[in-house]
Amino acid sequence: MAGSTLQASRSRDLDKLLLRPGNLVEPNFEPGPELRDDLREYARVLVVGAGGLGCELLKDLALSGFKNLDVIDMDRIEVTNLNRQFLFRLEDVGKPKAEVAAKRVMERVSGVNIVPHFCRIEDKELDFYSDFNIIVLGLDSIEARSYINAVACSFLEYDSDDNPREETMKPMVDGGTEGFKGHARVIKPGVTPCFECTIWLFPPQVKFPLCTLAETPRTAAHCIEYAHLIKWDEVHSGKSFDPDDPGHMQWVYSEAVKRAELFGIPGVTYSLTQGVVKNIIPAIASTNAIISAACALETLKIATGCSKTLSNYLTYNGVEGLHIKVTEFVRDKDCLVCGPGVLIELDISVTLEKFINMLEEHPRLLLSKASVMHRGKNLYMQAPPVLEEMTRSNLDQLLFDLMGKVPRDVIHVTGMSRKDDKKVSSLMKLRVAFKGVDGVVDMDMAGGA
Amino acid sequence: MAEPKIKYDRQLRIWGEQGQAALEKASICLLNCGPTGSETLKNLVLGGVGSITVVDGSKVEVGDLGNNFMVDESSIGESKAKCVCSFLQELNDAVKAKFIEEYPQALIETNPSFFSQFTLVVATQLVEDSMIKLDRICREANVKLIFARSYGLTGLVRISVKEHMIIESKPDHFLDDLRLNNPWPELKRFAEGIDLTTADPVAHKHIPYVVILVKMANEWADSHNGRLPSTREEKKEFKELLKSRMIALDEDNYREAVEASFKVFAPQGISQELKQIIDDSAAELHHNSSDFWVMVAALKEFIANEGAGEAPLEGSIPDMTSSTEHYVNLQKIYQAKAEADFLVMEQRVRNHLKKIGRETKMISKQTIRSFCRNARKLKVCRYRLVEDEFNSPVLSELQKYLADEEYIVAVGFYILLRAVDRFAANYNSFPGEFDGEMDEDISRLKTAAVSLLSDLGCNGQTLTEDLISEMCRFGAAELHAVAAFIGGVASQEVIKLITKQFVPMSGTFIFNGIDQKSQLLSL
Ligand SMILES: [Zn+2]
Repeated sequence: MAGSTLQASRSRDLDKLLLRPGNLVEPNFEPGPELRDDLREYARVLVVGAGGLGCELLKDLALSGFKNLDVIDMDRIEVTNLNRQFLFRLEDVGKPKAEVAAKRVMERVSGVNIVPHFCRIEDKELDFYSDFNIIVLGLDSIEARSYINAVACSFLEYDSDDNPREETMKPMVDGGTEGFKGHARVIKPGVTPCFECTIWLFPPQVKFPLCTLAETPRTAAHCIEYAHLIKWDEVHSGKSFDPDDPGHMQWVYSEAVKRAELFGIPGVTYSLTQGVVKNIIPAIASTNAIISAACALETLKIATGCSKTLSNYLTYNGVEGLHIKVTEFVRDKDCLVCGPGVLIELDISVTLEKFINMLEEHPRLLLSKASVMHRGKNLYMQAPPVLEEMTRSNLDQLLFDLMGKVPRDVIHVTGMSRKDDKKVSSLMKLRVAFKGVDGVVDMDMAGGA
Repeated sequence: MAEPKIKYDRQLRIWGEQGQAALEKASICLLNCGPTGSETLKNLVLGGVGSITVVDGSKVEVGDLGNNFMVDESSIGESKAKCVCSFLQELNDAVKAKFIEEYPQALIETNPSFFSQFTLVVATQLVEDSMIKLDRICREANVKLIFARSYGLTGLVRISVKEHMIIESKPDHFLDDLRLNNPWPELKRFAEGIDLTTADPVAHKHIPYVVILVKMANEWADSHNGRLPSTREEKKEFKELLKSRMIALDEDNYREAVEASFKVFAPQGISQELKQIIDDSAAELHHNSSDFWVMVAALKEFIANEGAGEAPLEGSIPDMTSSTEHYVNLQKIYQAKAEADFLVMEQRVRNHLKKIGRETKMISKQTIRSFCRNARKLKVCRYRLVEDEFNSPVLSELQKYLADEEYIVAVGFYILLRAVDRFAANYNSFPGEFDGEMDEDISRLKTAAVSLLSDLGCNGQTLTEDLISEMCRFGAAELHAVAAFIGGVASQEVIKLITKQFVPMSGTFIFNGIDQKSQLLSL
């Protein structure tokens, strides 16, 4: 009889995993109907990206017992998404991905609630991210991964012995694909390496030297980049190139063809022009399905402990046969992002404005245009204008006072930092200690570095 | 209608127009449309396969709503094949979607000729007995077959095709074909025409590394009785020699030459793998030999004669620091040699076709050209009949896996996936399928696993209690995330088999959802 009630349930298959005791499971696994119900009731998961991976992730999570999902994506649907982003149809082209994806999954899986956020990830406050138990990343950009990683790591607090406090740990599951290849990883800040600890896994894209483009072009790509990066500016003074404007793309293509003819270089096509200019990464449904499924399964394991967790980095390669490899990377103990945070020692006489200026000079930070937050409170915000105005008066005040006169505490700063000659949005966690106040040894190396 | 082309842009960049055309011609049959089968087909429908036929005799139950995205509340009580088929059709109206409401086991028993109409059959969630029968049917009808199964936190994917030959294997990393240590006369002459000792710094730093290496290898050989660097010491010395010829610090071409110097040291002639292919008995032609083997027979003769031990030249060169003029000229020299090699090959192919009594134009120039360009990368994959593997797996491999820490869980699941079928044949349900009989099921499954191991020649071997208990805990559940993974792998292998590009997996893929250390087992 017990069998028949099991069969009639929507969670028929999942129940076997969540209701029964297991042998190869995490220590926190407590099987039973409560576990299944708590997963539905309390677990909140954020899916970052509603593209090839995001669509799959939303489906996989909705069918893995999660009921409270959010999805954030700033993009709109394009025709070239339709070969893999299976939640979208031709008539959806132009609509926000997050909204359509959320709607489609809710239509098919009753009981699941998905809140879409059609905006940039930087537009959300830290509080938004802190509400989730797990953050799952389905992104195709290094910058965006880096940003979310910093956000999740910023919540991590360390105790006085510099051990991470588990209750402040915000786990992430990250997936990525390119053609027949992909990776899935589990990041438990403070325990396993964060994205920044192993940033060398994502080498920056090599750019052609400008002198090659201008003087010694050899390949079709050189001709295309010449038209795109040099000729465009020469001809269209001041007008910036828009890769989504077909007129612009056509112009670059025909200029590239002319240049290729001049030098006797074969191979310039319209498709290649688009590929080079937009840096198009080939993408197919099957790889996205594989990587997302691995990520969703790991998310379920983190939330319930129903099996061992991936430790900690899986690579998949289907080009020649099938290769799956699991590597256990180690943390970078000096990581600026997931470590205890850069220690900054200050005199209590430092004003907020002086502190912000110091961040720009600080050799390990080099952070310009900083906004400063303390314990969820905005001390100073560069934007939006309303917030800037509201917090401007704090600039003249002492940071020590603004932080409630505590001898030391963690604060968060966001701003622009330099990375490989590019300015990127950054979020950093800093440990501020005031000199001369109880519990802090006054050091001679004054000045705050 | 430009829309389909734009829609497929991101995949055309992987398998090109030809691969896409092959997909659009393919007709795929799916057996059982639970989540594993549905997810496999979803990925193929999105990619634009020609037609799909969904075979499943069951009706949608409440439980299916929890693991299959292709059914919803309104489907309950309806034919599962029909519901899945209509959802799949929504994804891509260019695909012809059909369904047949029948149980696959019944079809296998009563209507074996049914399968011969398809390019490929994806058989999901079949038990051992049906797998063996279907495998024989498809092998005989020359229909490609892929098995996929999800079972709790494990599962498998297994290809079964008699023979799969690949011209465009498109490997990620493959040594380019530059012949630096064995230049043909035109390349030699071109290199001789360029002065490495030029005092003009701009000219000096724009000499392509191919020219530098051809000339320096020649110079080395002249002073070493015609030999090239072979010992570690000599190789180091050769690199030092290269560096000593730099006249400025910023000479990227010399830096590239040092980095590419290993291409001078690389052995001449063809790889062991290619040798195996040209020596394959299938290269002895008869009237029904496939185009691939006709071309291999031509290749074998080419290597023995005009090629002087080498395959036809690939004809392309990588980008390298160079003046435009040198680079374009160099490109032309490589292309001209490749074209000459192709013409010889084409003649040999036509002769062979004539000899075996076939129309000499049967194989297109385009195909022969592609064959020549990829001659060094040819691949032949053969798969045992499932029945043969089940009855007599390669014992040495099996024992190796059982003793290897990295493989122990995967091979354990391999055994258990078979043991649960024996269990089901005896007790009419899978171990742990119903609550309440767990302890008894665990000991029964253990008995089944031990007796299977002993049947396979591993007497006295057993599996860990932990793994056996986990298998019973799974109770034949089809979890969505696992099904999506298995379906993803299966669809990717289907694409490789149909486009005849890239290399499909060999052996049996065993999914290990516990710690994700999945493995391929060659049994
Ligand atoms: Zn880190």
